[in-house]
Amino acid sequence: MSAMLIAEQTLNGLQLGTMLFLMAAGLTLVFGIMNLINLAHGSLYMLGAYFAATLFRLTGSFLLAGAGAFVGVLALGMLLELAVLRRFYARDHLDQVLATFGLILFFNEMARIVWGPQAVFMPLPEALEGTVTLIPGAPYPLYRLVTIGVGMAVAVALYLLISRTRAGMLIRAGASNRTMVEALGVNIRVLYTAVFGLGAALAALAGTMAGPLLSVQVGMGDSVLILTLVVIVIGGIGSIRGAFIAALMVGLSDTFGRMLLPAAVSEMTIYILMAAILYWRPQGLFSAHD
Amino acid sequence: MTDMTTMTGPPALRAPSARLWAVALLAIALLALPPAAKALGEPFYISLVSRVLVFALAAMSLDLILGYGGLVCFGHAMFMGVGAYVVGILAHHGAEETLLFGLLPGTDSGWIAWPLAMLCAGLLALAVGYVSLRTKGIYFIMITLAFAQMAYFFFVSLRAYGGDDGLSLAARSTFSDLVSLRDKTSFYYVALGVLIAVGLLLWRVTNSRFGMVLQGAKANERRMAHIGFPVFRYRLVAFTLAGAIAGLAGALLANQANFVSPAMMHWTRSGEIIVMVILGGMGSLVGPVVGAFVFLLLEEVLSGWTEHWQAVFGPMLLLVVIYARQGLYGLLPAREGK
Repeated sequence: MSAMLIAEQTLNGLQLGTMLFLMAAGLTLVFGIMNLINLAHGSLYMLGAYFAATLFRLTGSFLLAGAGAFVGVLALGMLLELAVLRRFYARDHLDQVLATFGLILFFNEMARIVWGPQAVFMPLPEALEGTVTLIPGAPYPLYRLVTIGVGMAVAVALYLLISRTRAGMLIRAGASNRTMVEALGVNIRVLYTAVFGLGAALAALAGTMAGPLLSVQVGMGDSVLILTLVVIVIGGIGSIRGAFIAALMVGLSDTFGRMLLPAAVSEMTIYILMAAILYWRPQGLFSAHD
Repeated sequence: MTDMTTMTGPPALRAPSARLWAVALLAIALLALPPAAKALGEPFYISLVSRVLVFALAAMSLDLILGYGGLVCFGHAMFMGVGAYVVGILAHHGAEETLLFGLLPGTDSGWIAWPLAMLCAGLLALAVGYVSLRTKGIYFIMITLAFAQMAYFFFVSLRAYGGDDGLSLAARSTFSDLVSLRDKTSFYYVALGVLIAVGLLLWRVTNSRFGMVLQGAKANERRMAHIGFPVFRYRLVAFTLAGAIAGLAGALLANQANFVSPAMMHWTRSGEIIVMVILGGMGSLVGPVVGAFVFLLLEEVLSGWTEHWQAVFGPMLLLVVIYARQGLYGLLPAREGK
């Protein structure tokens, strides 16, 4: 095995990892702050991809499509929080799992009604076609490199938002003791809606970036959802830092697992990783509630 | 806790409640269904309700750990799938006259295959439970899901047994010429008999000292531990028993569908079994049966009405979770005048 192959697979692993981070960041925040397990997060990813694919076909601009999907799903997420999910914050996890399972069925079926059962094709934006040569002799697709960049940029922005701004301070305070935050006079409901919207929009961003790489189809959110849940559980629920590290771990171990291990085991790599980590640390690597 | 014991206490000791009437009516309706369906010229209902009975069995086994133990297992379809594959693989080797692992001959005898399905599913549950039961809450939900995904991908990768496409059952299980499962009515009564036997067993289990410890650990784990009960071991036994029964349901499902495939253990299937338990009412054993009925009949009716039945079913599920938290069976009063 050559060094070039390892470098290339590392980039692939990073690309999967940063995409998973975009998904996991929203899910872990919603879980950590509102104590809500939202299985419909994968549906928001799917809708993001569909919105972007449709807008890209209509406008021809990838940036516009991405922005449209981001804003559209942001609004949809906030609406969903206000109309439905708000009722479930105080309920137990089982009720939340069931209710959001119902939402998955609904969104999948609605997508099938609107966009049909066939996969929707989303081409690469022209400006991002082609390859770059980072390592001599191993050209790498530019678009994949850009997705790594987008993921990293979001990670940095989230870090700054959470550690340097007032809103971030409230988010951290909400994650550790929300009753106290409310008692201190913060309008926590507005914060909840905003955080949920942000998480939904990041899922849509992940869907947009994944659109040209995967096929945009009904149920595409389900498999990503499972991977994302693995990530936030490994990282420790409520921890952005944990989500970032776990996302890269999952991305890299999945990619290298496929390269190095026989087919029967490779699909299971990340689940084995998760079971091992939970056996060793039942609260994940960086639990926000320790 | 007091509420729970009144709900699950032996109903025979009290005046007949609305629930007892419901159970009696359900039992009579189930016994009378095949002749009635034949008389109406609709034998299709026999296989539909057979399928319901099989899923009711799986949902009932999940209720033992979910309703009584408070353990949300999101991988129950895995145990069902393993049970189904044991029957499928044994029948495959039996028909091909090859050896399993180069050692064991295959068979289509239900006397061997069904207990083996329970044993394999039970042993798997023992191993999965041993690791998973160390975690709590959402981590438990996720780790059981992770194990189910491992099992799913394991069977997808088993090319020798059809991989992704699954495996047609080479022969239905035989029971020394006592009963032929090929006959739909016979299968129906076998499934019903198994369901009733398991229901009675679980009714005894949940009302025993063991069942009380399990429910006590759900209500207050720390207190049970301090009284001196090894909560982990009690839960592990319950988890193993539930897994073994789900394996039996899988063996039945393989015979009902005449086919086994990894799709049987897809995570949405595990979700559906949870839905059945909640829909009917958890912690009641009868509730999951009602839930399996409502879920599968609703699927049948809605899908006959529109191919986009899930767009209707999803919001319905949401409404049930919001407004009927006790499930449908829980809507019936536990006792007259209460």
